[in-house]
Amino acid sequence: MTGPTITGWGRTPVSTGRLTQPTSVEQVAEALAGASSRGVIARGLGRSYGDPAQNAGGTVLDMTAMQGITAFDPESGVVTALAGTSLGDLMRWLIPEGWFVPVTPGTRHVTVGGAIANDIHGKNHHSAGSWGRHVTAMTLVTPANGIVTVAPDSDPDLFWATIGGIGLTGIIVDATFRMHRISTSTILADTDKTPDAQSVMDLMTTGDADYEYSVAWIDLSSTGSKLGRSVLDRGRFAEVDELDGDARHDPLAYDARELLKVPITAPRGLLNPLTVRAFNEAWFRKAPKRHHRRNLTIPAYFHPLDMLGNWNRGYGPAGLLQWQIIVPFGAEETMHRVISELAATQVASVVNVLKRFGPANPGFLSFPREGWTLSVDLAADVTRAGPVLDRLDRWVIEAGGRHYLAKDSRMRPETFAAGYPRLDEFRAVRDRVDPEHVLRNDLARRLEMV
Amino acid sequence: MRDAFGAVQSVLVLGGTSEIARVTVAKMVRDGHTSRVILGVRRPDEMADAIAEIERVGATDVSAVAFDALDPEAHVAMIDGLFGEGRDIDVVILAFGVLGDQETFESDPVAAAQAASTNYAGAVSAGLAAARGLRAQGHGSLVVLSSVAGERARRSNFVYGSSKAGLDAFAQGLGDSLVGSGVDVLIVRPGFVHSKMTAGMDPAPMSTTPDVVADAIIDGLAHRRRIVWVPGPLRFVFSGMRHLPTPLWRRVSADA
Repeated sequence: MTGPTITGWGRTPVSTGRLTQPTSVEQVAEALAGASSRGVIARGLGRSYGDPAQNAGGTVLDMTAMQGITAFDPESGVVTALAGTSLGDLMRWLIPEGWFVPVTPGTRHVTVGGAIANDIHGKNHHSAGSWGRHVTAMTLVTPANGIVTVAPDSDPDLFWATIGGIGLTGIIVDATFRMHRISTSTILADTDKTPDAQSVMDLMTTGDADYEYSVAWIDLSSTGSKLGRSVLDRGRFAEVDELDGDARHDPLAYDARELLKVPITAPRGLLNPLTVRAFNEAWFRKAPKRHHRRNLTIPAYFHPLDMLGNWNRGYGPAGLLQWQIIVPFGAEETMHRVISELAATQVASVVNVLKRFGPANPGFLSFPREGWTLSVDLAADVTRAGPVLDRLDRWVIEAGGRHYLAKDSRMRPETFAAGYPRLDEFRAVRDRVDPEHVLRNDLARRLEMV
Repeated sequence: MRDAFGAVQSVLVLGGTSEIARVTVAKMVRDGHTSRVILGVRRPDEMADAIAEIERVGATDVSAVAFDALDPEAHVAMIDGLFGEGRDIDVVILAFGVLGDQETFESDPVAAAQAASTNYAGAVSAGLAAARGLRAQGHGSLVVLSSVAGERARRSNFVYGSSKAGLDAFAQGLGDSLVGSGVDVLIVRPGFVHSKMTAGMDPAPMSTTPDVVADAIIDGLAHRRRIVWVPGPLRFVFSGMRHLPTPLWRRVSADA
């Protein structure tokens, strides 16, 4: 077939599918009924790094035309939004009303459907869990049962298979979820610089409970005495009386703008060990050793990369990939080995973060669980990274950890299966609602999920 | 599906006894993520050792199927059947071909026609069938083992050279026809390759080995190249050779 070439945010793996943009639930149902043997998958804003929102040879439903809020209770903050609604729009509409999204990843350019399908997490996982915890109901179109409304108590298996189920249990058309009450749109942020990974992990262990939000940037290009040095950023929403005089007049002001777009794809090799080390050095030096009670805006605190449109082009023509893993508490030794190995092999790039996760939810394929998560970005033309990551994968699996599907574009099927022991329960639900496996994506093919 | 580094999960080799193809597959399995290998060969029942060898380096799903370049009806049905199973094939390698002996061909034109049918006509039917399967799945690569012998015909092997010239032109056009389909064609143009096909022959200058050709194929796939020359500088040698005046070419090509 000939159609548009579709990729994830990493601009690697590439495939060709038929892209259509449904505007109604009926059109979604028609697309499922008329599917070819290559199947159908939903796509939101394409921020998954790898291949979950593409479907080679089949149909890709661009859900972004189905967007908007259909119900909102200003008392409880419970909102029903169509699946293609972006978190950015929710913020634009509801922050002035005093409601923030319950969970946000490092970009606001994700949809409600994508948030569910990947069970996204953010800097508040230790205090608020991942997205699925805040969902009270959703409407799915399934191949076997048509349009169904699912809630945690009506069909818990289907509900928790869909949370983190990368779109393979039905096309999500809307969802109802609780927003988070805020009095101001200002974050009170505390920054602490630490000389190594153990110190930052100690700080998080003893102090994260005092903060809503917490994440550490970690330097993965320095070795020796600088190995694992980190900058820990933690914060919470300010109360009105904590704002400066001027800001109190409009405590819920919100202005999220893109400052500029990366206009062209960067040349091959712009990010090399030398420039990466220089960047990391500058980033570490720029941070104050200890700076508490800084006032930051929502875009500056949560979505700094969104100020730079198409920033993925900065990684050159080969694209980029992310590697995000978690190891459970008790496997800190593995995390330290991973950090040293990444520093020693110089494969990582600049956006590397470490975070302490809170308890898991019941999602069969939900990524977060109690433990330490590390997210690493790499330029895809660093092919020597392949064998390094293969080796780290084994350590992570041996430690009882796993990989985040929204970031993955290269793990092996057996790595995935070892990290997700409830895969068979997921498959059973999927076989019930989609016995002919109409719902497919490239990720499921690559990881032999179905 | 291929991953972000271009690693291949499944490969179909047409001409599974080709030394270049076997080295390529062994490298894909050992160094990459390739787990499924299908070898298309004339006599699949004689492939037990080759299958065991590929499994030994790490593939989990290796099989041999009947493939005869001179039987287009059968091999098109076989290729259609493989793609119809619903499991994706990331890469198809067209590796079959015969070198033959120019002197024999000149005294036995029927044998020459048969070699040309294998090298060219067989690749046309098999290549079109594979392209159809890859196009339907929306991703994949077709690797075509061409030869510098097709760049300019030599007195000493022009039956072989002309069949490769036809194959190369076919592969270029096929690649053009697949633009926008998610599928690409990689044309590989090796020089003289030391292998069982050329055993006992005097090597031409800038000769190479199956190992080097295999590396070039894997690198070409990872970077989605259109044409690779092995060794690389042959590209510049032949861009000159192509334009030599005929009397000079006759002398140069007879000596080489």
